[in-house]
Amino acid sequence: MLARLASGRLHEIRRIFSQPSVRSFSTALNYHIDSPDNNPELPWEFSDANKEKAKEILSHYPSNYKQSAVIPLLDLAQQQHGGWLPVSAMNAVAKVIEVSPIRVYEVATFYSMFNRTKVGKYHLLVCSTTPCMIRGSRDIESALLKHLGVKRNEVTKDGLFSVGEMECMGSCVNAPMITVADYSNGSEGYTYNYYEDVTPERVVEIVEKLRKGEKPPHGTQNPKRIMCGPEGGNTTLLGEPKPPPCRDLDAC
Amino acid sequence: MEFLLMNHPLDCPICDQGGECDLQDQSMAFGSDRGRFTEVKRSVVDKNLGPLVKTVMTRCIQCTRCVRFATEVAGVQDLGMLGRGSGEEIGTYVEKLMTSELSGNVIDICPVGALTSKPFAFKARNWELKGTETIDVTDAVGSNIRIDSRGPEVMRIVPRLNEDINEEWISDKTRFCYDGLKRQRLNDPMIRGADGRFKPVIWRDALAVVAEMAHKVKPEEIVGVAGQLSDAESMMALKDLLNKMGSNNVWCEGNGSNRDADLRSGYIMNSSIAGLEKADAFLLVGTQPRVEAAIVNARIRKTVLAKQAQGWGPDTLLEIAERRHPFSSVLLNAKNPAIIVGAGLFERKDKDAIFSALETIAKYANAVRLDWNGFNVLLLKAAQAAALDLGLVPESENSIESAKFVYLMGADDVNLEKVPADALWFIKGIMATGVDDWKIIRALSEVAGVKLPYDTLGAIRSRIKTVAPNILNIDEREPATFSFSIKPESTKKMDSAPFGTAVDNFYMTDSITRASKIMAQCSALLLKK
Repeated sequence: MLARLASGRLHEIRRIFSQPSVRSFSTALNYHIDSPDNNPELPWEFSDANKEKAKEILSHYPSNYKQSAVIPLLDLAQQQHGGWLPVSAMNAVAKVIEVSPIRVYEVATFYSMFNRTKVGKYHLLVCSTTPCMIRGSRDIESALLKHLGVKRNEVTKDGLFSVGEMECMGSCVNAPMITVADYSNGSEGYTYNYYEDVTPERVVEIVEKLRKGEKPPHGTQNPKRIMCGPEGGNTTLLGEPKPPPCRDLDAC
Repeated sequence: MEFLLMNHPLDCPICDQGGECDLQDQSMAFGSDRGRFTEVKRSVVDKNLGPLVKTVMTRCIQCTRCVRFATEVAGVQDLGMLGRGSGEEIGTYVEKLMTSELSGNVIDICPVGALTSKPFAFKARNWELKGTETIDVTDAVGSNIRIDSRGPEVMRIVPRLNEDINEEWISDKTRFCYDGLKRQRLNDPMIRGADGRFKPVIWRDALAVVAEMAHKVKPEEIVGVAGQLSDAESMMALKDLLNKMGSNNVWCEGNGSNRDADLRSGYIMNSSIAGLEKADAFLLVGTQPRVEAAIVNARIRKTVLAKQAQGWGPDTLLEIAERRHPFSSVLLNAKNPAIIVGAGLFERKDKDAIFSALETIAKYANAVRLDWNGFNVLLLKAAQAAALDLGLVPESENSIESAKFVYLMGADDVNLEKVPADALWFIKGIMATGVDDWKIIRALSEVAGVKLPYDTLGAIRSRIKTVAPNILNIDEREPATFSFSIKPESTKKMDSAPFGTAVDNFYMTDSITRASKIMAQCSALLLKK
């Protein structure tokens, strides 16, 4: 009996070890390793258009609280740099908001939507929180990974696609969903669209359309639904709603 | 407690913090002796913070004290909290050593064993150590420290709390210089023979040779130099011995040979270190507090975070003195302006002119009042203030050039090129023999026939009391009265040569730190950046 319990426990421990024990929340480690395309020596600057945008962003905050602009500026830098933040971009943001670089690194490592390693031009984020998971988000992710031939957070050889994981994005009523962050047109043409009610077949179609340069219509992918309304039209609240009796002021 | 210990390794038996660990204490006081956490603990990559601080990041409990210390006290914004949730860790993100002069303090403030002393790693357990409370000698701050020793060996140095001086911090030099005490020490008196080699001899022979040589020269050719680490008792004995032999050429390293010690306010930190916090404008002249006195620098930094501080060369100083510089108005508008003068200026020929310019500034800025004295001299060496208090000032400026007999009491940094080649030598290293310097001098005085009238520590201290009573006021700071009128007017012109740096290498400033391997590593790794 004891031996069986022990071997069962051992099996469990092995199972835990065989998986990556900590699920990564973001695309990178919490520390930087120099590489040819990502090191502090590489020059990085906001483009002229984005400099104006940065100025506009800074104007939202009091001049002695420039550091408040760190998140919008990092977002802008990420859009400009094709969806990810090299260490020199973070340094550039630190310079703009006049703080030491580590304060920017802290923010960039905290938020999983800041990518610190290269992503594809189309970064596909699969929601994996409970409602989507119950509605089959794991199948959707594996369909995407299988179709593109990559692992999670890996970029396809042509640099077009990468697949990441995301926590709840608030579309639970249309679960499962994926998000497509489109960095193919720089910060001007940047879009961040939800594709809801997807199926493993539908996501592959979406990927193929994106590859051809098309922009598939975002929102729900179920033709029988209008936005987040019920399939096949409304089933309730068909007439004009009556006010609650207690609020009928004339009756008082 | 269970949450704190969830990811904390149970490696107390091999952890250097064991025995003085806050988490261990908390767990002993409040924790259950078993946890219910059966998952795998997380792993974290160790960070390289340099040769002084060892990191074992799995032990980190994310209290962020080190981040706060680095940002708020040390002023190097290198450390941060990276990542989130269970992946959260302390780090620098990019590979970066901690280059602060105060980095060792993160060892003390880390409540667990995540940041520990690299040189002390696996050397001793804290309960085996005997603590001796004392004062640091590596700079002129006089930080309060505790030296932990095991048997005869110094194992580590940690700070003691003294809000008036070092608060709870000490500099890296103070903390890690102790291995220099173990190397390159003189154990016996040695005499250089005719073949140029040093030969160990017994004390009686050594003293007889020295006494004989001292009598061979004229009294004014005798020169005594006290080292920068000398204690007041030995300096008193040295001065008394030389005076008895008819010479008055005795001084302390760093004070220069032309220093006058008449006005005590001219060489001490008049507003006191803690008093600097009241200042609202700083004028730093010829000083770099960061390397000369890292603790004072932390204090200044604490004060100026919201205020301003500036430092310039001699030309600017003259401009400020003549109120032609914009900073003059800053000083004029400041309520408590503080002027800090580096002791490196004592070695300059035009020091009188500099000091008179500074006094002009102090006068118009109203820096010296009954309730505030903002005229400060930042000394460099531990022995300097006591030497001046005891009146260790040479009679003539050029005494070393005509010297025939030089008594170097642990003075390693004296420029000896000026000493005539036919001079007779008596050099005594600072770290000699385990015998107190004053005892050697007392013995020498007897052999030389000029017996000094004290032979106990108590007796020599009562002698000091007659010369400089303030030295014996323990735990009490004796302020100096300040008066502009007593000082004679200086007519000399200021030299336009820029103020040099008094300390080139923060980690090596005296014989102990130069003998220290740890300090050598620090200068190799940290200074090149």
